[in-house]
Amino acid sequence: MNDLAMATTPTLTHFLVISAALFSIGLLAALSRRHAIYILIGVEMLLAAANLNFIAFWRYGAPSPQPTGVMIALFSIAIAAAEAAVGLALVIAVYRHYRTTNVDQFTSMKG
Amino acid sequence: MSTVAFFAIAIFTLAAALAAASFSKLIHAALCLALAFIGIAAFYFSLGAEFVGLAQVFIYVGAVAVLIVFTILLTRRESDAPVQFKWSGAVVALAVFAGLIWAIFKSPLPGGAAPAVAPLTVKQIGESLMTSYVWPLQCVGLLLTGALIGAVVLVMDEKP
Repeated sequence: MNDLAMATTPTLTHFLVISAALFSIGLLAALSRRHAIYILIGVEMLLAAANLNFIAFWRYGAPSPQPTGVMIALFSIAIAAAEAAVGLALVIAVYRHYRTTNVDQFTSMKG
Repeated sequence: MSTVAFFAIAIFTLAAALAAASFSKLIHAALCLALAFIGIAAFYFSLGAEFVGLAQVFIYVGAVAVLIVFTILLTRRESDAPVQFKWSGAVVALAVFAGLIWAIFKSPLPGGAAPAVAPLTVKQIGESLMTSYVWPLQCVGLLLTGALIGAVVLVMDEKP
């Protein structure tokens, strides 16, 4: 029992597979719905999957004096927050104009 | 970190993320997104990045999820039909997933458990932010200020 648990301790590959699954689910949310807020939800999930990869590589990689992976994840979280704020403000601004949040109907600039 | 805990968190996170992607009611999707973010924060805690996990909970669950819920409530109309699901998106997502899995198992990755390292303290993170990463920190501060002002300007009512 103990041997089995030792053999299946989570490795870097486990985290990468989880991150890949999360990335694909984010892509699914962003691509399969024609709704602006679903697309933003999907993009947030993509960014979270990338962050999980940074943290996993930092933890499993060679030890370094600088916590680079953690720093990149922190900055990425800050940038994702800025993206969400501006994105949702855009959704509200566009909603005022078109009275819908369906991205297929934002067609004024279509050639 | 034990395997049982890893798989429990993994199943919780992926189930919440799938629910967020598949619920046709937007408000349910947003709340499931908050659950998925909590699962990701649990991964950060288990990987020894407690500060990032806390930041994740504060920023994503505390701010971004609430912001999304507010936007849904502000843009909701009674006549809105449920958002349809496009299967072409699912095909693309599956193809990307297959490609990523292929790449992961092709790459020469370090196997085995994580190397034992001294726990990362908040003091260390603060010192790094103030020495090696001071320029990125200033840039992020500028970006957040710009984003805040931009968001307010975007939704401000135009005076006639």
